[in-house]
Amino acid sequence: MKKVLIIGAGTGGTMMAVNLSRKLNRKEWGITVLDKDPNHYYQPGYLFIPFDMYTRRDVIRKGEKYMPRGVEYLLAEAEQIIPDQNKVTLKDGREISYDVLIIATGTTIYPEETEGMLENGWRENIFDFYTVEGAEALAEKLRTFEGGRVAVHVAEMPIKCPVAPLEFLFMVEWYFNKKGMRKNVDIDFVTPLSGAFSKPGTAKVMGHMMEERGINMVADFGTERVEPGKLISYDDRSVDFDLLVTTPTNMGDALMERSGLGDDLNFVPTDKHTLQAEARDNIFVIGDATNLPSSKAGSVVHFEAEILTENVLSYINGKELKASFDGHSNCFVESGYGKAFLIDFNYELDPVEGTYPMPVLGPFSLLKETRVNHLGKLFMKFMYWNILLRGIPAPGLGSKMGTAGKKIPKEPPKSNTRPDLHVVGKKAA
Amino acid sequence: MSTKEIAGNTVNLTEDGYLTDPSQWTKEIAEAIAAEEGITLSEAHWKVIDFLKKDYEATGTLASIRRINKTGGIPTKEFYTLFPDGPLKKAARIAGLSRPASCV
Repeated sequence: MKKVLIIGAGTGGTMMAVNLSRKLNRKEWGITVLDKDPNHYYQPGYLFIPFDMYTRRDVIRKGEKYMPRGVEYLLAEAEQIIPDQNKVTLKDGREISYDVLIIATGTTIYPEETEGMLENGWRENIFDFYTVEGAEALAEKLRTFEGGRVAVHVAEMPIKCPVAPLEFLFMVEWYFNKKGMRKNVDIDFVTPLSGAFSKPGTAKVMGHMMEERGINMVADFGTERVEPGKLISYDDRSVDFDLLVTTPTNMGDALMERSGLGDDLNFVPTDKHTLQAEARDNIFVIGDATNLPSSKAGSVVHFEAEILTENVLSYINGKELKASFDGHSNCFVESGYGKAFLIDFNYELDPVEGTYPMPVLGPFSLLKETRVNHLGKLFMKFMYWNILLRGIPAPGLGSKMGTAGKKIPKEPPKSNTRPDLHVVGKKAA
Repeated sequence: MSTKEIAGNTVNLTEDGYLTDPSQWTKEIAEAIAAEEGITLSEAHWKVIDFLKKDYEATGTLASIRRINKTGGIPTKEFYTLFPDGPLKKAARIAGLSRPASCV
């Protein structure tokens, strides 16, 4: 019996287990999914916890519930991947051999990467919303916050869900407004980017929104360290805060470092079209764990899963890897006041205005703030648990980015990622 | 894309002034672009430029600030002092590489 081993039972690992369990010849192939956490998290829901709109019950389920029948689900932590021997050793001393390995280990926040962040007020007046615990602690802080300077901060790119800090920003402005205390709060958005977002057209729309909401932008801020109540940049600028809501440095799983498979941030160098690891032909990577120049977001993982399923099957059958990921990303951007934006883009084409997924009918509006988009965002929780994670095809959510209904200018807003820069890596023999 | 003469060489540039072909780069071009940015290249600047070019050849991508620190051995604080106001954007332009693509 041959084996596909999937490390990580988050969005990518679970979707791959579901897809492959349907497509593989189960008399020849076994599937094992390895995870160190019994819980599965609906991570987009974290954003709503600080504002008491969701609780942990909305975002946590048992991972096992989503494993298809016949898939071995193993709760254990991997110690090392040994590509030369096609095996993974576990912390408890066991070993698992594989024929095909799929890495789906995601990304985690590392506040300790910024000097002083843990020492000078972590979970006292410095919070994250990228963990359930962080989001809950922030909810408690916000309930009793009496006003002052709030800094919404991004430490370093890339981050999981690059629109999330903007969403938090717009939501927190709305939150203070609703509580009738907006005038007692100054809000700064502190980012290492030169604008509100990495895609220029979207940055302009979001920047405009920030101006309307009276939010001050501090751009090009390379954070060197955190002092009590103060962010300090490498070029000696500083931002004072009473409450810091940060997106700390994101890194891949330390397993990649132990296995010699990661880059400087422990993300795995991966072919951006085929999703094959540069290190080995029989290792594939999905989602946040890759070093792809695409968003680290659930929609991306969903689109990648379709491509990767096809390529794993091709690989197993000794065929050329023909399925090609185009970098498609589709994100709702919650903006408070019961509204949201929707953006849809890929490696080549930046977000534009229009309707989605159908021309004229929509029902969603691209790069515009509407109530219907907000309803779409809220509906995602149901979609995630009941449709996407179960591998049920969803209309309008194909892996290839569509252009129907989009207002594409004659000179399309090209992504600033130059395609020629992403040289296909050297494969080991 | 446009064509421009820099330090006696005709080069192809993107609209924001980055070389489109790293092979057109020369040390003289680097000095000329640095001068446009108000920087006189010292040995310390060259160490950064050499690392960026070598790393680009090896990996096919522009190094991140973290990588310049961790792998290139150039402390981030020093990097900011050498190339003030957007160090990676400036250093990449001077090294004849593409504009840093901040991953979305």
